[in-house]
Amino acid sequence: MANHHDDHHHGHHHDHDHSELSETELRVRALETILTQKGYVDPAALDVLIETYETKVGPRNGAQVVAKAWTDPAYRERLLADGSAAIAELDYVGRQGEHIVVVENTPSRHNMVVCTLCSCYPWPVLGLPPVWYKSAPYRSRAVKDPRGVLHDFGFELSPDIEIRVWDSTAEIRYLVLPMRPPGTDGWSAERLADLVTRDSMIGTGFPKQPHEVA
Amino acid sequence: MDGAHDMGGAAGFGPVCPEANEPVFHAEWERRAFAVTLAMAKPGGWNIDMSRFAREDRPPADYLSRSYYQIWLVGLERLMLERDLLRPGEIEAGKMLQQPAPISGPLAAVDVDAMLRRGGPTEREATTPARFKIGDRVRTKDIHPTTHTRLPQYVRGHVGVIELLHGCHVFPDTNAMGQGEHPHWLYTVTFDGKNLWPDAADQRSRVSVDAWEPYLEPADAA
Repeated sequence: MANHHDDHHHGHHHDHDHSELSETELRVRALETILTQKGYVDPAALDVLIETYETKVGPRNGAQVVAKAWTDPAYRERLLADGSAAIAELDYVGRQGEHIVVVENTPSRHNMVVCTLCSCYPWPVLGLPPVWYKSAPYRSRAVKDPRGVLHDFGFELSPDIEIRVWDSTAEIRYLVLPMRPPGTDGWSAERLADLVTRDSMIGTGFPKQPHEVA
Repeated sequence: MDGAHDMGGAAGFGPVCPEANEPVFHAEWERRAFAVTLAMAKPGGWNIDMSRFAREDRPPADYLSRSYYQIWLVGLERLMLERDLLRPGEIEAGKMLQQPAPISGPLAAVDVDAMLRRGGPTEREATTPARFKIGDRVRTKDIHPTTHTRLPQYVRGHVGVIELLHGCHVFPDTNAMGQGEHPHWLYTVTFDGKNLWPDAADQRSRVSVDAWEPYLEPADAA
């Protein structure tokens, strides 16, 4: 799949599109006009859908889940036993998160999540996936060379640590529970949530260290 | 189908290139394509497996040359053309050329939140006992259907171990073709990376897929 964003969009988004994308823009505009004329879609509903995923649903949700698990051992148990139910306690529910399994990183095991066939991703806790997650490089290599993928993200994992890759081929969605960074004893869940990055919940990254948010 | 979408293990795509501070959408047309796709599913009457098949069932060069939301767009156009909700030439004309087909009514703004919260659970009540249990060794079948399947090529014919049991879920292979949900037991099957990729640098990884029971057979003779 083509990474048009990487080719054309760095730092100069809308005003510099390739002619191919202009054609796409015209097509989308025509499609929305026709579907509205036919009464199939209500543009106001489209606005709400966009606003939901641009402003309300995103990795901040997942960070709350992780931070709660780090500070509440009983919650961590419930989260690992039934991800969807425990996540629903925080009112993160619904589309593309109907069946969530949470997988925990340990000192000897690192988890990484991919969808080699399309772009399956736990929307209620992470929002919509980034371009790289949907791209051919990630989808092709995560299952064969996960250590190399981590290298692309700037991380080297000790050879002693097993990498466990979860390919989301069904409607089960996976969320990684990263390890709590050292030096955070006594931190509140609210403060800890600032350490939890999106990539640390996919397994292509790690939480920030305390000094990075000081 | 053995299409370009089935990318696990393919070579030559280069490194992963994360974008710092990436926005949710990169252009206004992506916002609209995303939202129209979500809003059309119910009035259009298709299911998620039909959507996936409409996106992946195209020549590899076509699939690989489109960006993500461009694939969503052609998939959506195809689903609508197949159901006569859209007429060939209408998009090029930029306006409605054919009277609308009767549909259940558009998604209203006030119903968006409830629609998203409801989602589309795929678990169904079991009517048969599970054939496999956690810890069983299974072999994935070496199937090559020309229609939709969710068994990736890189695990076909390989032996793995049942790690999780997820209940009975809608079977995409039939659901995508309009042949019914036919729920089957769904398992997480885990493979040793060194068995899947004997020549790969990393010999310590393990990889799982979620596989429905019809994809699997016992690895060891009874």
